[in-house]
Amino acid sequence: MEKVLMKGTEAIGEAAIRAGCRIYCGYPITPQSELLAYLAKKMPHIEGASFLQSESEVAAINMIYGAAGAGARAMTSSSSPGVSLKQEGISYIAGAELPCVIVNASRGGPGLGSIQPAQSDYFQATKGGGHGDYRLIVLAPKSVQEMYDYTFDAFDLADKYRTPVMLMCDGALSQLMEPVVLKDIEVKKYEKPWATTGAKGRKPVLVSSLRIDPADMEKQNDHLFEKYEKIIANEARYESTCNADTEYVVVAYGIMARIAQTAIKKLRQEGIEVGLIRPITLWPFPVQAFDGLRDQAKLFISLELNKGQMVEDVRLAVNGKAPVEFYGRSGGMMPKPDEIVEVIKRKISGVEKCNK
Amino acid sequence: MQQVIFKRPEILTDAFTHYCPGCGHGTIHRLVANAIDDLQIREKVIGAGPVGCSAMIYDYLDVDFQQSAHGRAPAVATGIKRVSPENIVFTYQGDGDLASIGTAEVIHAAARGENITVIFVNNAIFGMTGGQMAPTTLLGQKTQTSPEGRDLTTQGYPLRVCELLNTLDGVAYLARVSVHDVRNVLQAKKAIKRAFETQIEKKGFSLVEVLSICPTNWGMKPKQAIQWLEENMTAYYPLQVFKDWR
Ligand SMILES: Cc1ncc(C[n+]2csc(CCOP(=O)(O)OP(=O)(O)O)c2C)c(N)n1
Ligand code: SF4
Repeated sequence: MEKVLMKGTEAIGEAAIRAGCRIYCGYPITPQSELLAYLAKKMPHIEGASFLQSESEVAAINMIYGAAGAGARAMTSSSSPGVSLKQEGISYIAGAELPCVIVNASRGGPGLGSIQPAQSDYFQATKGGGHGDYRLIVLAPKSVQEMYDYTFDAFDLADKYRTPVMLMCDGALSQLMEPVVLKDIEVKKYEKPWATTGAKGRKPVLVSSLRIDPADMEKQNDHLFEKYEKIIANEARYESTCNADTEYVVVAYGIMARIAQTAIKKLRQEGIEVGLIRPITLWPFPVQAFDGLRDQAKLFISLELNKGQMVEDVRLAVNGKAPVEFYGRSGGMMPKPDEIVEVIKRKISGVEKCNK
Repeated sequence: MQQVIFKRPEILTDAFTHYCPGCGHGTIHRLVANAIDDLQIREKVIGAGPVGCSAMIYDYLDVDFQQSAHGRAPAVATGIKRVSPENIVFTYQGDGDLASIGTAEVIHAAARGENITVIFVNNAIFGMTGGQMAPTTLLGQKTQTSPEGRDLTTQGYPLRVCELLNTLDGVAYLARVSVHDVRNVLQAKKAIKRAFETQIEKKGFSLVEVLSICPTNWGMKPKQAIQWLEENMTAYYPLQVFKDWR
């Protein structure tokens, strides 16, 4: 297996091609324009594949709707302001149950914000973003290798459940250069009898999110939520270093999980034991990672590159059994591991004082 | 022996349309059905529908359909066509859908020379939402949101879509027709067929603008509406073939 040095965005691009992505549509925005450049170079040389720089993010996501509806593996990418523009289309895609992959290399906001890494699109990605009752599967890699690996997973999950999947990275991961093993990952084929391919020898099919009769609309929502229940039961993923003795738990994802890991290593050298829960799926949120821990731990700390978003899911998962604290940097600022060491120490001493 | 001199297009379904009496959409659906029948392309056709009165066009034409977000059908059609270039892909859109919220999508699909066909129904009003002003509403025309008549100083000029698109090299076939009388219906039928032929021959983007009536929201009887179209709309929106690759 080939091992190469790659940028995060390129790893996603290479994996998408290998996973059988047949169309990419997108609009340039920092910090992920390299993904367009990579695919613009590669895709035209692949039989049956096309790359299209669309006139806007709105057009891009609707092109993906059309292509996915016609049965092709399809992907679009952007960064925060552009992902906001895609929300209408994402809602339609979820409603029409089309499989596709959406990449967000998120950056500081709100508004035009900054071009540096942030995790302030957590709510948008996990709680809806667009209108209506729907969910996105959200995968959060923390290395360039995982960006490669999870791209395959994203396409597979999308087809398996007929649902849009978001790859949530950030400005740091998308720009990071790391060695990647270009694994040969098996690509499962899915039958798509619902796709518009022309009504040859069959009745016409319809791809639509319109349910004009409210009773039908409710039925469709029930159907969507049966599917989401299955996803919650089967697809929640996380990493954890916690064990039966863990008293202090840090929760962090993506690039922040890596900063936390370095900080935790330093704390351990000082004799302070801290466990880490790192959600891999942001939705479904891996509540099971907290089983047992919520009764045993003295403190949970959610570390994020925002003003406090995932912390709400951490609180729900801990369910009032232990204090939940938050620390974050925002706007594109990233904390150094030493800053996190100090934060964790301060929060621990705070909770120990209360316990006395 | 009896001879068949009139036949319903095969791909027109038996469903009763939900359109108001006199509405132009029914006639225009039929012309699309005729073209698909004549060219024998039913098994290849994929439609991208609009948001508007004709959102449920998929109930009336017996072909594969994708329902699109308001104004986005040209982008949806682009996605379909790029992954299935052998299929025949068309959009059907009203003037709110195409000329207001979806101007960017149609202009860029045309500029790219996207090999799709657009059927654009200009009835000078937003039908579905109850008769608000459209970009195509004529100066002085009364609508729910231009109750004193469209006013130039605050509401600007009506948009001529064909004239706008005529400047783009990606456009291979472009025509404006009307369905207000038999002679014009026959012209419209020809133009729509020609637009699909353009796509079959892989010549690039084709669009037919069809002037149509909305008696309900114009507040007129169908007969009156037909007369109003002929007297007012054809003056501002001249009927002609703007471009033909042949
Ligand atoms: C994003 C969005 N904005 C507004 C609407 C409401 N809406 C539905 S149809 C329509 C206008 C339709 O007018 P037109 O395209 O002229 O079609 P007609 O009904 O006249 O055939 C509007 C504004 C919508 N469905 N979606
Ligand atoms: S409101 Fe107008 S466009 Fe809509 S169905 Fe009635 S007549 Fe036709």
